[in-house]
Amino acid sequence: MSLIGARVLRKEDPNLITGRGQFVDDITLAGTVVMTFVRSVEAHARIVAVDTSAAMACRGVLAVWTAADIQGMATLGLPGLGRPLLATDVVRFVGEPVAVVVATDKFIAADAAELVVVDYESLPVAASLTAALADGAPVLHGALPGNTVFEQPFVDDLAAVFAAAPHVASLQLVNNRCAAVPIEPTACLADWGPSGLTLWATFQAPHHLRNTVAAYFGIPQDTMRVITPDVGGGFGAKINFVPELFLSCALSHKVGRPVRYTQTRSECQVLMYHGRAQEHEVHVAFDDDGALLGLRVRVTQDQGAYPDPTGMGLPVLTTAMSAGCYKIPHVAVSWRNVVTNTTPVAAYRGAGRPEASYLIERTVDLVADELGLDPVAVRRRNFIGHDEFPYATHTPLAVYDSGNYAAAMDELLTLFDYDALKADQAARRDDPDAKLLGIGFSTWLEIAAFGPPGSLEAFGHLASWESVQLRVQPDGSAIVYTGASPHGQGTVTTFAQIAAGELGIPFDKISVRHGDTATIPQGIGTMGSRATAVGGEGVRNASVQVVERAKGIAAHLLEADVEDIVLDGDGFIVNGTPSRSVAWSEVAWKSFQPLEIPTGTQPGSLDITVFQQVPNFSFPSGAYCCTVEIDRGTGEIEITGMYLVDDCGTVINPLLAEGQVHGGVAQGIAQALYEHVVYDESGNPQTSTLMDYLVPAACDLPSFVSGRITTRTPNNQLGAKGIGESGSVGSPPAVVNAVVDALSHLGVRHLDMPITPLAVWSVLADASANGGSITGSEVA
Amino acid sequence: MSKIEITLTVNGEQHTDEVEPRLLLVQYLRDVRRLTGSHIGCDTSNCGACTVILDGDAVKSCTVLAVQARGGEVTTVEGLIGPGEPFTPVQQGFHQEHGLQCGYCTPGMIMASTALLTENADPTDSEIRHALEGNLCRCTGYQTIVNSVRWAAEHPDGVVPDRAATNGAHQ
Repeated sequence: MSLIGARVLRKEDPNLITGRGQFVDDITLAGTVVMTFVRSVEAHARIVAVDTSAAMACRGVLAVWTAADIQGMATLGLPGLGRPLLATDVVRFVGEPVAVVVATDKFIAADAAELVVVDYESLPVAASLTAALADGAPVLHGALPGNTVFEQPFVDDLAAVFAAAPHVASLQLVNNRCAAVPIEPTACLADWGPSGLTLWATFQAPHHLRNTVAAYFGIPQDTMRVITPDVGGGFGAKINFVPELFLSCALSHKVGRPVRYTQTRSECQVLMYHGRAQEHEVHVAFDDDGALLGLRVRVTQDQGAYPDPTGMGLPVLTTAMSAGCYKIPHVAVSWRNVVTNTTPVAAYRGAGRPEASYLIERTVDLVADELGLDPVAVRRRNFIGHDEFPYATHTPLAVYDSGNYAAAMDELLTLFDYDALKADQAARRDDPDAKLLGIGFSTWLEIAAFGPPGSLEAFGHLASWESVQLRVQPDGSAIVYTGASPHGQGTVTTFAQIAAGELGIPFDKISVRHGDTATIPQGIGTMGSRATAVGGEGVRNASVQVVERAKGIAAHLLEADVEDIVLDGDGFIVNGTPSRSVAWSEVAWKSFQPLEIPTGTQPGSLDITVFQQVPNFSFPSGAYCCTVEIDRGTGEIEITGMYLVDDCGTVINPLLAEGQVHGGVAQGIAQALYEHVVYDESGNPQTSTLMDYLVPAACDLPSFVSGRITTRTPNNQLGAKGIGESGSVGSPPAVVNAVVDALSHLGVRHLDMPITPLAVWSVLADASANGGSITGSEVA
Repeated sequence: MSKIEITLTVNGEQHTDEVEPRLLLVQYLRDVRRLTGSHIGCDTSNCGACTVILDGDAVKSCTVLAVQARGGEVTTVEGLIGPGEPFTPVQQGFHQEHGLQCGYCTPGMIMASTALLTENADPTDSEIRHALEGNLCRCTGYQTIVNSVRWAAEHPDGVVPDRAATNGAHQ
């Protein structure tokens, strides 16, 4: 019986709710010692000298390394702009490790790190895009003439389209720098002994880590093992190659003992790579009816101090998805990647797509506002039709697979009474004692299921498939081994559902194993909303092949033609003759016995490995609406409604799919209203603890109302598109559109994220001082 | 650093250990007692992943020195049930309502929720959200956590109605 679409409870839960989960910091090997960084307090400075003598003299300290000790060890990232494992000659962001201490326990290590004396000679700092691009800006990397690492100019700037258009408008947008903040910070434990290297790490892609670390040290992969046990959230920030992953190994080799590194939160806030950090210049041309005629987008991506390969790719994805779910005849894009004296920037849930949905969904609202049209009507005017797929966009990167954007909007509007809300909004504007009401829409689209051949290779991965091994045990139970190592997604449950449906083996007799390069044949990892659409499809495919082989054995045992054998419950029957049956357990047992299987069949044949490929990306979409109330006296914003219609294609488990949406929407609301990584002009982080960086708690977020439509993807047999990043892509523009809508009668056209009560209060105070509307200069 | 002898009860067992005065209760639990269910997610007492019950109250064990717990009675997530015992209502609620994803914040959430229901057996959704404001979760968006606590309030014996008792639970 198929379990696709069933609300099955998770196999993962029992360990995690009883304290029997096992995260990296929970694991201790005999002789384990601890590694701690000495981190830069300067954003840009020459390192004059490092004195480690006092630290080395501490009882219990085994090693103190500085740049002098890592000579010959390669840098990470881009050639010529690489990041050394420890800052060498120059530090380029606050928090950059300058030295590393290894000691017998974490207290001794922390005390010794305090005793390392670093003598800095300050250099001028460029801690923002503005500062880094200014004339005479300090240059971060000598290999470059300035701070622009790469620039893709416009091929055609659409001057003629814009000159001929009835209307044009423009927006300057800041997509605020965010921190991923998985509740488990980075942790690793390296044990490099005479017979090889084992690295436990909290990481989203164990094989990717194995491939990279083994190549880095020039050791054969058969002697290296990576284990990613329970991983306490990732959100894209745990696929980056940060120095601690390599230094823990090198130091284990050096001191001959297992070396543990466990990040504190305040370290994590400056060392774990950030996300977003883009600025957009958007120009749109449109006609009297709100039909979009042309879109011109320029993205400036803050790369932080050292460009990361994923970070370099973010604006590629943003510009590829800039047109969203709309038919726009002319789209022109340009981007540039710029280094600054800040923490490096790479993937964070959505990675380039939340930025795209934000810019196009803000733009569509701007068009509606300019024309005095309803934002729902303008969206409908421009949707790509459900019968226009596959839909070729302005770039060959994005050929949309399937969707029905109008149907998602229809479904959304069944979840609340839009006309009543609009009437309420108008009434409140006339009542000075009432809170203002705002209604914001987002009909978003994203690119998922990474990916077709070549897509992940561009980010340094071995390939873009996902591996699955399906092994039927002699007792008729089955184990799925997947390279798509999860960190909260519930893959152990959903993959067992997929396998159970195809195999006929009960869900309770199927285990899913992951996160160990010694037991999982090969793998890529969990990121880019790919686990189900690529890895899950592999499970389906492997299951189908195993059933075909099992039917051959069943036919032999039942003395029937293989064409007549069908699955029936937990076994096989001769079609039309249920009395002629054989149980899975018997087929499985005998599949290992040469005397019981057809001549020429290998014993143990019910064991299939699949390297699952997909021909294209998938394009999950949805329609969200956010309603807000704004306190006129304080500027406080309260989300009063969050309505979410997703289309991720086939849903394997609605409980888990909804959980993914909720989590992504929470992060999107946080980006819109709360979270912002801030540096001062000197490059000092202002948000390096959870006191300063506002991760929302339960009382800061609303309840969610969910709906769903389903358009299957043609890219896989499951029809599943991916769901992991949808919420974080769709929700920020809905929230910001709602706040701007609440204030639009005052002349507000845009407010940058995060929209704080202070920002709203300032608008309201300004409007009140100016007799009801605001001056144009500080808005939009 | 000189050490101080402490005696306290953890999950029903009495222990006497010599600890440094600067040792946090969470470090004592994790490093000395090797009870690694209580997690560390921050260094400013914001995240609540280390929440345990000390003398009946939910406390963040990173804000208590081990020496301050001297003579006290501590319950960690490992102490909620014994081997083979059914889940507590709160544990079962988190399972039934998908109140966890990665599971890192979960022990703290479960301990804080357990303490809440001891004080207020039938909280409103708003009361649940405010009671858990000291516990951060990055995966769920909290709605399923609120649902989980409400499930526990509505099923004080922790027994799953037959309809839903299909799989996953180990009792």
